[in-house]
Amino acid sequence: MIPGSFSYHRPASVADAVKLLSDLGEEARPLAGGHSLVPMMKLRLATPAHLVDLHGIAALKGISRNGNNLIIGAMTTQHELLASDEVAKAMPILHEAALLIADPQVRYRGTIGGNVANGDPGNDMPALMMTLEATYRLEGPGGTRDVAAADFYQGAYFTALEPGEILTSVSVPVPAAGHGYAYEKLKRKVGDYATAAAAVVLTMSGGKVVTCAIGLTNVHETPLLAIDAAKAVIGTSLDAATLKKAAAAASAIMAPAADARGPVEYRKHVGGIMVTRALQRAAAIAK
Amino acid sequence: MAKTHVTMKVNGAEVEGLVEPRTLLVHFIRENLQMTGTHIGCETTHCGACTVDIDGMSVKSCTMFAVQADGSDIITIEGIANADGTLSALQEGFRMMHGLQCGFCTPGMIVRAHRLLKENPSPSEAEIRMGISGNICRCTGYQNIVKAIQYASAKINGVEFQEAAE
Repeated sequence: MIPGSFSYHRPASVADAVKLLSDLGEEARPLAGGHSLVPMMKLRLATPAHLVDLHGIAALKGISRNGNNLIIGAMTTQHELLASDEVAKAMPILHEAALLIADPQVRYRGTIGGNVANGDPGNDMPALMMTLEATYRLEGPGGTRDVAAADFYQGAYFTALEPGEILTSVSVPVPAAGHGYAYEKLKRKVGDYATAAAAVVLTMSGGKVVTCAIGLTNVHETPLLAIDAAKAVIGTSLDAATLKKAAAAASAIMAPAADARGPVEYRKHVGGIMVTRALQRAAAIAK
Repeated sequence: MAKTHVTMKVNGAEVEGLVEPRTLLVHFIRENLQMTGTHIGCETTHCGACTVDIDGMSVKSCTMFAVQADGSDIITIEGIANADGTLSALQEGFRMMHGLQCGFCTPGMIVRAHRLLKENPSPSEAEIRMGISGNICRCTGYQNIVKAIQYASAKINGVEFQEAAE
């Protein structure tokens, strides 16, 4: 369980990190919290010749408010997200989801940037970021660009990141006051990836759903937005027939892999239940 | 591969060493520093036996490179006892409440619980169970580990430990 040899680099600025990654090419990998990459390196499933550790770049840390958006630096850890009053108040679903990621030790090291940029379909933040309509800032040799979370994921571990680019921050619009939210995740044990998980953010008025977004984790090679399921609940009071219809619409776009978490049919079934539960809990919280 | 010089503070003492970048922190602690209280259990970030405290964070030292710990302040199980060598409240709690059987997970459990009680000196039972959810014990069923941490919490807060009814 010892990784292969590599050279270690610890740049102090984003510009230096980008230059290193561009110069070193495909043999180099950025290192954030390391709790996906280091285990893969120990199994020799990843054998980068160079690691560019982003821990030395102070500019990648921290949470700030910019107008109606929370700007979260890529190297902000899950533990720091959980400790943030701003996150708990403005975006409680982010707090709720961060608490369901791995275990306390992993959350001290694991970062939001690594979680969203790795392209692992099992990670929880990507579907949540799509649900919240977040935007990722990417910085590379060609400059800076912003990509919507919804446009970022192309396949398992394939994202819109170009060679030499790193994700430097996440910008998340603060949901409307009084919104309802829930992140429902079925997992076999603490630390496991989701068998299936659903994120719901909605607003209600007079007992009817006004707006709704639904995201799905680990039921496809990429995170998904369940657009038809969300449409099906608009204008309803989330009665039993509507919930059933929404769960079916969400299940219809799921294509999970059969693995130790269960066969395809089971994971789709569970995915539908996660959508139902998340809708119900979100509606109960909404004001 | 060229070796890198690292220095860090471990249990209050300045230490240094030459490491390959790929050297895991747990291997540096056990093999270079010859401090074998920190255990290697699964070596896959699951079990928590290798937990050490780095700059105020509980970290699985099998999932961090020693070069990344350069300049940091580390506490291992060897640094948990009181300065005069007597058992700390946590160590006493594990002894009094029989918080271990085989003892393999105990260093990680105690180092993790150390940080948990620093952050939250009066955790509820649920908070203790969530707080140690990154540490696996295959003997005790956790009951007595939870009691041990409750014992330590009571002692730190200067109150008498009341064992909850079964």
